[in-house]
Amino acid sequence: MTTDTTTQDTTPGANAPGEAVLDARGVTMRFGGLTAVRNVDLTVNSGEIVGLIGPNGAGKTTFFNCLTGLYIPTEGEVRFRGDVLPPKSFKVTAAGIARTFQNIRLFGNMTVLENVLVGRHTRTKEGFWSAVLRGPGFHRAEKASRERAMELLEFIGLERKADHLARNLPYGEQRKLEIARALASEPGLLLLDEPTAGMNPQETRATEELVFAIRDKGIAVLVIEHDMRFIFNLCDRVAVLVQGEKLVEGDSATVQGDERVIAAYLGEPFDNAPGDEEIAEVEAAEAQTDAPGKETDR
Amino acid sequence: MTTQTTAPQTPGTPAAPAQSGLIGIPANIARALTLGGAALTIVSTFMSWTWTSDFPGDLTVYGYPGGLQVLVLIGSILTTLFSLAGYDIKGLRHLVPAGGDAALRFAALATFATAWYTVIAISDELGGIVNLDPGGYIVAIATLATLVGALALPFEKPEPDPIDPDDDSWEKFKNKAAHQRATIKAAFAAGAPRPVGKLPSWAEILVIVAVMALGLTVFTYGIGTQYDELFIGFLLTAGFGFAALNKSGLVAQATQITSRHQTITVFGAFIAAALFPFTQTDDQYATIGVYILIFATVALGLNIVVGLAGLLDLGYVAFLGVGAYAAALVSGSPSSPWNVHFPFWAAVLVGAAASLTFGVLIGAPTLRLRGDYLAIVTLGFGEIFRITVQNLDGTSGPDITNGSNGISSIPDLNILGWNLGATHDILGFTIGRFANYFLLMLVITAIVVLVFRRSGDSRIGRAWVAIREDETAALAMGINGFKVKLIAFAVGASLAGLAGTVQAHVTYTVTPEQYQFAGPIPPNSAFLLAAVVLGGMGTIGGPLIGASLLYLIPNKLQFLGDYQLFAFGVALILLMRFRPEGLVANQRRQLEFHEEAEAPTVLSKTGA
Repeated sequence: MTTDTTTQDTTPGANAPGEAVLDARGVTMRFGGLTAVRNVDLTVNSGEIVGLIGPNGAGKTTFFNCLTGLYIPTEGEVRFRGDVLPPKSFKVTAAGIARTFQNIRLFGNMTVLENVLVGRHTRTKEGFWSAVLRGPGFHRAEKASRERAMELLEFIGLERKADHLARNLPYGEQRKLEIARALASEPGLLLLDEPTAGMNPQETRATEELVFAIRDKGIAVLVIEHDMRFIFNLCDRVAVLVQGEKLVEGDSATVQGDERVIAAYLGEPFDNAPGDEEIAEVEAAEAQTDAPGKETDR
Repeated sequence: MTTQTTAPQTPGTPAAPAQSGLIGIPANIARALTLGGAALTIVSTFMSWTWTSDFPGDLTVYGYPGGLQVLVLIGSILTTLFSLAGYDIKGLRHLVPAGGDAALRFAALATFATAWYTVIAISDELGGIVNLDPGGYIVAIATLATLVGALALPFEKPEPDPIDPDDDSWEKFKNKAAHQRATIKAAFAAGAPRPVGKLPSWAEILVIVAVMALGLTVFTYGIGTQYDELFIGFLLTAGFGFAALNKSGLVAQATQITSRHQTITVFGAFIAAALFPFTQTDDQYATIGVYILIFATVALGLNIVVGLAGLLDLGYVAFLGVGAYAAALVSGSPSSPWNVHFPFWAAVLVGAAASLTFGVLIGAPTLRLRGDYLAIVTLGFGEIFRITVQNLDGTSGPDITNGSNGISSIPDLNILGWNLGATHDILGFTIGRFANYFLLMLVITAIVVLVFRRSGDSRIGRAWVAIREDETAALAMGINGFKVKLIAFAVGASLAGLAGTVQAHVTYTVTPEQYQFAGPIPPNSAFLLAAVVLGGMGTIGGPLIGASLLYLIPNKLQFLGDYQLFAFGVALILLMRFRPEGLVANQRRQLEFHEEAEAPTVLSKTGA
């Protein structure tokens, strides 16, 4: 596994190496009587790729939404670079956390370049009057944005399709474009929600390379994924979420060897054993993860 | 027979699909028939069509086409040219960059429809076909022959679906009908136009000037039609004629050239529009012109809210009303409670500021809603404005707006000593009151176009489109959705208020009834939205053309009377069925609605 963190071409949003970028402490999320996430701690250090796995319904996406400002945790707090996260998703992005979506949410009727330019929104200031009056500042900012966006498109290898409509891109390129759009906001932490869902092995390999390249830019990455091979190849640390609780956290070997994880996935009863029905559910979920074109859990 | 066909054909392929026309006539005869018919039609327009001048337009003169004959003449010349292009005549091939036969069919259809409409109208109004002169018979037969010939031209027919032997008769019938539909569609389908080569820039600008001149001519002709028959003939010829030009690929080439010189095109369009009052001898049609321009400008403002930001605003006309009332109150009108007379620039600022304030006041609480809910709430606020204004009459509330009588006797504007109410003579042209206001309104339109273009192609414009496309994703990209939407709402409101300040002076009087949700007279909220949707959302040309049509058609076709709204509804349904992206398609929207069409995936220009 390649863990050399070359931070030569650091991006403006990059972090100082070694420091905790994201620090979630005791995050609990209740919806009425249902506790979707219970007392989860998770830290992501700069230059790290952290994986978050768990069977379907384990609360991964709920936890994710707590990190992106869509939900405000019922208990506990999430700190980003030492500050508690603001409660609005656009403010979270401005603070430096960018995300992609499990089901691709590009702006389909905008061009590839425009999609990335939208990602630059928080890092530019030009308002309505600037746009109408078109002073020199506007042209300068617009030019800089376009250059930055083209750099990102080159980074993901879509520079030749800059003028295509996003909806017309093939699936794998749409996923890449979503990542480029997220990178355009110059994040310190990138959250990827199932980045390889629906991809074939080659595309998964390419995504892996891309995530390493992003890490090498000095951006911390948190990945939710079902594809175990992908996760264990990629991540420096892996956290396993089962039924809303963090079961174990550690490097790939630790997690792969942990019998509670195997139990959670393969269905042998563990300490606070779930009933047979839950096991069956988990097994079904496991079966699904191996099938190509698996269903999304939202 | 290797004639020029609409679909590209690989020569020498033995298994080429069988080509035949919709009507079973050999191709060479069909082509000759089309050409002969078109030529005969040209001749016939110089003949007398009816013996009496009772039918409007005086079609009784030999040697000089008049009224509807001119329209038929234009159609038949177009048909002749396309027909000659079918013979691969050198030089004429430039006319049909996308293949000529589909264009020929539409041109023949345009001529046929106009000619037969005329002939039928003569027979109907004068009582029987005995009223036709030989010219009338000839034109009927000649156009029919042209159409038959054009329809008999060969084209590549689609393969029918294989018939399932288990199908019952109904399913077989459905299968057959579907195939027939596909065949007819194929007959009128054109190939992809070849891209226009790079011309010297003076030539391209000349093309733009020609396009603008053509547009001005068509618009001026349409606005100047004096009787119902001529206007219907105009609509038939212009509609099918435009389809013919479109199918020939000329429209696509012109679009390519204009998009290379966008700024020149916009300037050219404004110069063409500014020339309109000079083409008029009296103020009669300038009146229509200025009302169309007010309607179109407000529709364009609405297009920022609806087309770019995707906020369905059903009470938009209220902002026009706020601007108009604000300008009227400070205009020095005797019915205004305040005896002040602001200069025009101050009145404009007051009107725009009042609309802006109203827009923010309405927007701040309502823009938290999405989609249909927003539409309903804005509809409510639009009506609240009207009813409030109606009640501020001194009995139900404080006396500000003079109730349902409105503020009347608004004095004419006087800008830098130029009295807009008076008639002026410039270079021998007489510019009347409405022509003055037309030119003033054109300035307002230019401002709105400028704001639309510039804001649309900027950080804020991209944020609007992103919100329209996917609000959740836009928020996740760091866009403050509420703020950005409020800006769109406020900008739209101020632009409508700007137009309102001029409207108050043009109409002399502002009353609450002018600002209803729906009514027979544009502008009202429903018609504004219809103009945007009909013309094409997110485009500049769309609302302008949509508003022109929506204003002209009821204005010219007085006989529709009570059926006007009904006809309008039917037209809207048909349009939404067959061209949901609107008359002027935004390239993005065209792709959105016609996914099966192999549209070019590359946008030449990223502007809205």
